[in-house]
Amino acid sequence: MRLWGDIAVNGCNGRAAVHELSLIQSLINMVVKSAIENNIKKVTKVQLVVGEYHGVLPESLEFAFGILTEGTVCAGSELAIEKSALLLKCRKCAHEFHPDGYLYTCPICTAVNAELVKGRELYVHYYEGE
Amino acid sequence: MKIIVGQDLLSANASQAGENRVLFKNHRLAVINLISAPGSGKTALLEKTASLLKGKLKLGVVVGDLYTARDAERIERAGVTAVQINTEGVCHLTADMVARALQEVSLDQLNLLFIENVGNLVCPVSFDLGERAKVALLSVAEGSDKPAKYPGIFREAMATVISKVDLLPYTDFDLPACLEEIQQINGNQQFFITSAHSGQGLSQWCAWLEQLAAGKFNGNSIASRS
Ligand SMILES: Nc1nc2c(ncn2[C@@H]2O[C@H](COP(=O)(O)OP(=O)(O)OP(=O)(O)O)[C@@H](O)[C@H]2O)c(=O)[nH]1
Ligand SMILES: [Mg+2]
Ligand SMILES: [Zn+2]
Ligand SMILES: [Zn+2]
Repeated sequence: MRLWGDIAVNGCNGRAAVHELSLIQSLINMVVKSAIENNIKKVTKVQLVVGEYHGVLPESLEFAFGILTEGTVCAGSELAIEKSALLLKCRKCAHEFHPDGYLYTCPICTAVNAELVKGRELYVHYYEGE
Repeated sequence: MKIIVGQDLLSANASQAGENRVLFKNHRLAVINLISAPGSGKTALLEKTASLLKGKLKLGVVVGDLYTARDAERIERAGVTAVQINTEGVCHLTADMVARALQEVSLDQLNLLFIENVGNLVCPVSFDLGERAKVALLSVAEGSDKPAKYPGIFREAMATVISKVDLLPYTDFDLPACLEEIQQINGNQQFFITSAHSGQGLSQWCAWLEQLAAGKFNGNSIASRS
């Protein structure tokens, strides 16, 4: 048996769950890398698209962004969160709908397990800087 | 200046998961990502599974916990090689943690690898580890209202194990209603009604594992869908 230690995010006990911290850490890594490549000295805004499927809280993302950007090219920038609503498609009658609650049940023909068309996004759309 | 990025936040994890998947495929290894709330009986199920499949399948276990090596020690006592990952506070395993742990495992010697995720019903669902199947566990002690409260894992699971059914007489757990609710979330999965204490349901579970290891369910792999 072996014991492995792993620290995926900077140690931090804030109001954000570790989950949100690690997502924001990958966002910052991504933007910092791109900023270097594009010779950007200061990032002013980061636009993030978050699908409804993920159920992450915008407040905890913002909180994590605030602390993890300190000392980086993103410090002081705005995190703009664009929500992407769920869109499902019935596997039986092809009706497209937004689910009412947690069940992916078609409101027209009552078939279950509708297919996810949209709402699982989690990506940096763009950022602005100078 | 505006720079379009368009890169997924989980892309680093997804590409490592893809590499893990190729590695597993090259070794013809069936891999299960076991996900449940803390204490619902993942390790107990693996201990029992290890003794029931002894001589039939070669098992390996990678187990994630925030701290301690207690679970790996329990599994090794059951006669199976285990690698413990300590996430130091991180609430889920990631594909690269698993990749590093795999360096300690002789994959060629195994038919079936379990990855026991960190006890958590929410976050592990978002992190693909390269597994063939996600298996959800829900223990009778947690209550039968949980599927509707945490639908994500049941939506993605290839199988759900209801554990600790020896406790049914002592709780208000409504088994038929619970199964019905999980089925409404995802009707395309296998159910196992088990107790690690009494042994109930474990032979069906092990038979399913043998089929999985034999490559039976490769066609409709839920785990490999993006
Ligand atoms: N009555 C009963 N108790 C069980 C059963 N399976 C597990 N337990 C008990 O439940 C407790 C937790 O079991 P574990 O196997 O450690 O659960 P786990 O999901 O691995 O827990 P974490 O790894 O901490 O998330 C232990 O005290 C077990 O003895 C069962 O089938 N019946
Ligand atoms: Mg355990
Ligand atoms: Zn989490
Ligand atoms: Zn329909």
